[in-house]
This record gives sequence, structure tokens and C-alpha cells, in this order.
Amino acid sequence: MSEGGETHHFRRLIAIWVVLAVALDLAFYFALGPHIPPGAMTSSASGAQFDFNILFLIALPVVLAVWVYWAYALIVWRGSRAGAPEPEGGPKARGHFGIQVAWIVTTTVIVLGVFVFGTVELIVPAGAGGGEGQSPIWTPTSHDVLPVQVIAQQWQFIYRYPTFGGFESRQLMLPLDTTIAFHVTSLDVIHDFWAYQLGIKADANPSTDNVAYTTTQQLGSVTVRCDELCGLWHGAMYNFGRVVAKSQFFAWAQATEHQNAANTKLLPPFAYTYVPDANGANGGYYPDNVDQYSKVETYGAKNPDN
Amino acid sequence: MAIVGVLLAVAVGLVVFTVMAFLRSSPPTVDFTAGHQAGAPVDLTLQTVGSIGFGPHPSWVSYLTLNPEGQWVHTTLWDLPANTRINVTVDQYDGGSPLRNQQYGQVQGTVGGEATLNGKSFQVINANAGNGVAHTFAIPTLGISVPLYANNGSSNLCAAAPCTFKSPHNIVKFSFMTPGPGQYPWQCFLPCGLGYLYGNGGPMQTVGYMDGFLKVVA
Repeated sequence: MSEGGETHHFRRLIAIWVVLAVALDLAFYFALGPHIPPGAMTSSASGAQFDFNILFLIALPVVLAVWVYWAYALIVWRGSRAGAPEPEGGPKARGHFGIQVAWIVTTTVIVLGVFVFGTVELIVPAGAGGGEGQSPIWTPTSHDVLPVQVIAQQWQFIYRYPTFGGFESRQLMLPLDTTIAFHVTSLDVIHDFWAYQLGIKADANPSTDNVAYTTTQQLGSVTVRCDELCGLWHGAMYNFGRVVAKSQFFAWAQATEHQNAANTKLLPPFAYTYVPDANGANGGYYPDNVDQYSKVETYGAKNPDN
Repeated sequence: MAIVGVLLAVAVGLVVFTVMAFLRSSPPTVDFTAGHQAGAPVDLTLQTVGSIGFGPHPSWVSYLTLNPEGQWVHTTLWDLPANTRINVTVDQYDGGSPLRNQQYGQVQGTVGGEATLNGKSFQVINANAGNGVAHTFAIPTLGISVPLYANNGSSNLCAAAPCTFKSPHNIVKFSFMTPGPGQYPWQCFLPCGLGYLYGNGGPMQTVGYMDGFLKVVA
């Protein structure tokens, strides 16, 4: 095959690849992209969706480059085709400096670009919905944050609302257009709080306050599952939640606070973590500190620090 | 050589059979659906005892079930009819302690949102006062939870099942509605596996003791 013939093939391959890559990338982004899980119920969910879509847009041309070359070679250079060139190997095989450099530069740029993109996407949206430990360094800009404590115990999640008198509920209810600080902890073994539609996932460790942030932006139902093998009924450790209008949330919170008042006064004071009493096994848990929740997390609070 | 091969095959077969028999072993299921007339409530009577007193783990705490023939059965598996009112009676023979989370001291999900303790209606038990709570009966996926008030731990508690009313006991009654067909796990939320780390092992992790299934059938 002449030099001119190789150039002809190369240009044709590039043309096919570019057309396919642009067409499929656009089709994916506009047709499928908005429907990619976990949806857009919260800032962290839509952030995860955006991240996935961008990574897919980057990965698709790479996959197409391989597939297009593979298909082209099968069709154009197959051995049974009249005029197909004989494959060259051994001493006759030669490298192409330009292609090698282009390959190394392109893959390096893609990998480093994905690294930078992923890091920025983790930092900018206040941790992207992941548990940030006890002292988050990526915090939301809002100063009107609703704290919700997630207390895991074999095998159920309980939710505590410190700014509404500290009542506990088995229902996760969240107000729309509100920044939430999930304080995730456990009373026994390691669990994992995974609120899929919220784009939230944080380990629940005993004696640890694992904080994760998000901002609600759509109404809807939420399924919460434990995502850490935690014993016999791990598979049944799930419950449901809802993102509702602010007025509906306040009505629910106040009604539940009133309804549970007799039991709430028997609960230990709110604390970020709880530890077992001296009896160890079989005993109750008590706050291991007396700190109030953060002063910025005062959503709906009745003068909690006064 | 052939004899060795045969012996080896027999040994492997025995090991596999033993492991499979262990893995497939399960407590019996008490059937409350046989002869049940649609709309009629079902009476479910249970007892909790501090140590079962027999079987492979005689020191383990456990629930027992009274079958329709009036015999106590060591099981926590029940066939129940769907969309039916279940009237539960728990004869509670165990001592108590605080709850790990007092949230489970509140009656939830029962008919009328209440239960009775020795004939008196209640909605909350303070697990940090009096005798504390012995166990809870909870079906998390149905939002049902009832605390079982404990007996005085220093009294002469029943130490081997089945217990009788001669031993100190409390009687807790409540009702709930079964949903549509399906399997619904239920459990105790008070870590009562004494001798295990934080009380979470042993009977707390074993079906037939402090965990079970409602097998709701159409």
C-alpha cells in the first residue's frame, strides 16, 4: 500500500469517527442525559448525574475510536477482500512517531482532565453528597441549614430533628429548596446511609458524626437503604422518605413533635454521637458530648442556643 | 487406589451434606391460615423468656409461639393471612434494661396506636425507669414497634421455656393489620444477646430466637 493510500484510510477513519462521536455524544447528552440516575432531586443528585454524563461524553469517543478502527479493519482489510494488503510484521513493522506522541498526549490529557474535573466536582458542591467525616472542610454557602441526624441501629434508620425539639422519627421528611446537613452515626455496628435519589451516601460509624450536605430541589419520594453488610436483616434495612413543600414539612414536623412529645422528653439530649453506658451490652446509649448543633444549622429552630 | 478414591468421595459427600443440612435448617413455621375465614381476626400468642433452656443454645433469650393446637413451639416464623387483624398477646417473662434508643419505647403502628400492659393502655414506656424494657416486638417495614415492659430482675424469673404464669410475667396486648402477601422480617430492638459484643450477637442474629418472619399469604 502506498503512502498516499494510508493517508486516505487515515482521513476516512478520522472522518467516520468524528461524525459518529459528535452525533452520539449530542444524542446522549440531550436525549438520555437528563434521565440518567440518580436524577435531579437534590444538588448532589444532579451533580452526580452531571458528572456521569460528562464522563460518558469523554469516554464515548474513546470507545468509538477503538470500535470504528476495529470495524474498518474487518471490512476494508479483511483477507478475503480483493486487493487487501498483506499484513506486515517482524522486521518490516515500523512505528509511527507522530501517532505514538498523539496517543500518549491524548490519553494523558484525558486522565489528568478527569482527575481535575472529579476533584473540582467533589469540592465545589460541598462534598458532592458524600460523608465528609466529623469536621467537613467543604461546607455549603447557605447559612440556613436544616440539620437531620441519621441514627442507624441493627436494622433500622431513625431520623432526629434537633431544631424541632429533638424528636425522632422513622420517616425521613425534608423540605424543598433547603440545604440539609445529614449527621450520620450508628448505635452499634457500621452501617451506611444511602439515600439514592438524594445523591447522599455516608457511612454510619459508632461514636462518629459523619456529615454530608445536599440541597433539595425537587419534590418526590426517597428510598433509603443500608449499604454496608451489617448482620442478619441487612437486606431489610431500608425505609422511605419524601421531599415535600416547606409548608407541608413544617406542618409534619410540628405535628410529629407534638405527637412524640411524651417520648421525646425521655430521649437523651441531642448530641452528635452517642456511646453505650457502663453496662455495655444490653444498656442504653447516652450523649458523649453536650455540644449543641452548629449555630448555622438553625433551620426552624426555636431559639436553640438561647 | 480405587478404595481410597471411593472413601475420599464419601468423605467429601458427607461434608457437603452436613454443610447443606446446616445451611438449610430452619425453625418450623406455625400456620395461622388453615381454616381462616376472610375478615376474621387471628390470635397470635407469644412468650419471651430469658433463657430458652433447651436445644443447641439453652442460655439464649428467645421468643416462643403458641400454635393453634395450644402447644408452645420454639419458632418465630408464622404464616398469616393477608389484610387481616392480628391480635397479639405477649407473655413476657424476662428481666430488662434501658433501650439502646428510647425511640423504641414508644408504641407505633398498632391499631389505635396503643397497646395494653396487664390490661392498662399505654403508649410509652420509659426504659430508664422501673424495671426497664425486656424486649421489643417490631416489624420495621410495616412501621410497627411495641416495647415489652420487663419484670423485676431480682425476682425468681423463669429460666427455661415454656414458662407458665407461676413465674413473674407481664402481659402485653396489641393488634396490627397484615398487609398484602409477602415476607416481612420482625425483630427485637433491644440488644439482648448477653455475652456478645454490645449484645448484638447470638440470639439477636438468629432466626427462631429474637428475629423472625411474617409470611403473609393471600
